[in-house]
Amino acid sequence: MVTVMDAPTPKIAVQDLSLAYGGTEVIHGITFDVRPNEILGIIGPARSGKTSLLRCLNRTIDFIAGARVTGAIRIDGTDIRAVRDVHALRRTIGMVAPLPVGLPLSIYDNVAFAPRCAGLSRRAELDPLVERCLRQAALWDEVKDRLDSLGTALSGGQQQRLTIARALSHQPEILCLDEFSIAIDPVTTMRIEDVLRELRREITIILVTNLTHQARRLTDRTMFLWNGRIIELDRSDVIFSNQPSRKETLEYVNGIFG
Amino acid sequence: MNPPPVIPVSARFTRTPLVVRKERQQAAVRLVLLAMAVLMVLPLLSIISHLIVQAWPALSWEFLVDVPRRGMTEGGIWPALVGTVYLVVISLAVSAPIGVLAAIYLNEYARDNWFTRAINLAVISLAGVPSIVHALFGLGAFVYAARFGYSILAASLTLAIMTLPVIIASTREALAAVPTAFREACWNVGATRWQTIRAIVLPNSISGILTGVILQVSRAAGETAPILFTGAVFFKAVQRGDLFPYRLTDQCMALSMHLYTVSTQVPNVREAIPWATAVVLLGAVLAVNAAAIALRVWLRNRKRW
Repeated sequence: MVTVMDAPTPKIAVQDLSLAYGGTEVIHGITFDVRPNEILGIIGPARSGKTSLLRCLNRTIDFIAGARVTGAIRIDGTDIRAVRDVHALRRTIGMVAPLPVGLPLSIYDNVAFAPRCAGLSRRAELDPLVERCLRQAALWDEVKDRLDSLGTALSGGQQQRLTIARALSHQPEILCLDEFSIAIDPVTTMRIEDVLRELRREITIILVTNLTHQARRLTDRTMFLWNGRIIELDRSDVIFSNQPSRKETLEYVNGIFG
Repeated sequence: MNPPPVIPVSARFTRTPLVVRKERQQAAVRLVLLAMAVLMVLPLLSIISHLIVQAWPALSWEFLVDVPRRGMTEGGIWPALVGTVYLVVISLAVSAPIGVLAAIYLNEYARDNWFTRAINLAVISLAGVPSIVHALFGLGAFVYAARFGYSILAASLTLAIMTLPVIIASTREALAAVPTAFREACWNVGATRWQTIRAIVLPNSISGILTGVILQVSRAAGETAPILFTGAVFFKAVQRGDLFPYRLTDQCMALSMHLYTVSTQVPNVREAIPWATAVVLLGAVLAVNAAAIALRVWLRNRKRW
């Protein structure tokens, strides 16, 4: 692993993180940093621990019976196990799942749900927030005339953008996208990628993807995770070049194994 | 190795003996299944038609609102009808909130540990307990230990204990039908468990929860043993058409019990009266079940995913 000397203070510092479900360890003591305002790509085959890692970050792993986390995750220097309000922690991280999940509420309520849970209730505050999030997710123009209709009635691509709008609605500092484009068409994917480039000026983004081209287009650095271990973490132009420092990375990126 | 034989296109879809045999098999299976379905409905239809024919001479508005007269050999069933309503309403008013809240805990909060498993086991066992055992429990617990005496209160609580496990089971089923992805989406944006339940889980499971509860009405109304031991009597003097004839500490008459009484205990009852009592009981139960189905359909149509 290449160490960069002038690395800024990390946004997220993961140290010796292990995760076990029941007796089976799926993440084996990984250590890495995420820098402020970077887009960090995570690639790796199925069951290599990508989604589980994201669950650890916002502590939704707590909901899974039998999951045991050891090691430390610090966000802006604060250990996430020590936070007093875990719900506030979750609001600092936006999470977008692989399959779009529109909640069975109106489009407006889908986006207003998180702010309302956080205690915001005045229409005067909610209206501009909802509009801003839907604009950021490139959905506003398509739904602005029917904010009262059901979020679940939207098309798959629209629901995924609604999910992104919802993930932005609690004004996160970090946005995690878990293979966000597997259920949507290339045109929508491109629009969302533009959105991400726009967003990175304000927030830090973790992008789990198995589309090599997408990772190459968007990310600053890429982490290759395999069987719960970091094989390589480096600048994306190195990872996707002809000479990454590990042979496995070259083979995986070029589709020789995995 | 020989290449597989080439079958000409014209020969591929002919009715070979194998095809014919499969077709006959299909027809036979279909016939047997249809016969069973019809066989199941026939007894029900014949029971209902027989009941109505036998009960016809006694069925009237008067029969519903009048009290039994001439040593219960004539008159109506008002005290039993009102008594059954009392028992059903009070027992469900107790068991529905407890059952629904317990199910929410078990399905949404409880971790899978020995304590949860013990509660689950208790719920399942409780559902399998015969009603006569519930009756004995009610007699010991409510009539004697809690000193409620033979009363509507004791009988209703006994019925509540009897319906509780089924309400818990049906509510859990309704809650489990709400996709986990919805819950995870809520947790991801920082909603608490309760915020998630209130905003997403309950609105989308309420139809199943309510039908489960309403279906217990017919069970509570139909049972005889639990109330026989704890608060139902053969006869109670009540004003004709009186809507609130009983206090909680009174004993009461009930339809199921009354049916037993006029059929077996009282000599020289007018022949149509037991039949008519059965029609009223069955009609009430069927009406409630129909209402439950209607409610379910109505709420289903408003379902949002």
